[in-house]
Amino acid sequence: MKIVVMCGVGLGTSAILKVNAERALERLDIQASVQATDVAGVRAAAADAQVILTSSELVDAIGKTNADVIVINNYFDLDELVAKLEISLGS
Amino acid sequence: MPLPHLPLDAITIGAHVDDWPAAIWAAGDALVRSGVTTSAYTERMIAVIREFGAYIVIAPGLALAHARPGADVLSDGLCVVTLVEPVAFGHPHNDPVSVIVGLAVAGADDHLQFVAELANVFNDPAVIPALVGATTAEFVQSVFGQTA
Repeated sequence: MKIVVMCGVGLGTSAILKVNAERALERLDIQASVQATDVAGVRAAAADAQVILTSSELVDAIGKTNADVIVINNYFDLDELVAKLEISLGS
Repeated sequence: MPLPHLPLDAITIGAHVDDWPAAIWAAGDALVRSGVTTSAYTERMIAVIREFGAYIVIAPGLALAHARPGADVLSDGLCVVTLVEPVAFGHPHNDPVSVIVGLAVAGADDHLQFVAELANVFNDPAVIPALVGATTAEFVQSVFGQTA
């Protein structure tokens, strides 16, 4: 399984989201690769991804995708990440 | 790679700003003052928000100001600015912002580890309120696990 985390420039905020998404997946005992990308790269990165994690501000920039788009409000709230990933990935 | 050193001159306590660009300038000035960036980087941090919106407000009250690596980044570095009066960035959930962490990375490949350390600091929900209430730069250093 592949999860893409997206921010405007592909580092900084997306790196934080990647680190905490990996921690949330560990808590859920789900195996997945997490790739950070920017707005320009999201279409290619998400072509084979099941989930895209991003901010509400950037949802429109994703465009058409088959992946599940999950909006994260607080990037440091592991409980929010776990709850939203659990709904999306259904464990 | 641990967090870059957070020197006292990269910390501004109780800045007065009228709007979000002024808040980013305060963070950029702290990076310039501590020798991490030139002012061109500050303008690029503002351009990121103008282009993509307030997504850098990644938690209630906290903005992570940053841009891509570039010639205006002299070394990896961090700064912290706290505001006397919080300002709105236009984020639907996390406004208003009282703390700006400025981040500059010299190379895109090597930043992940120190950003992970930043996550370790802020995953503690007590940290943002502690920074909001900080009255000395030394206290801010201690929140980030650093001493002068």
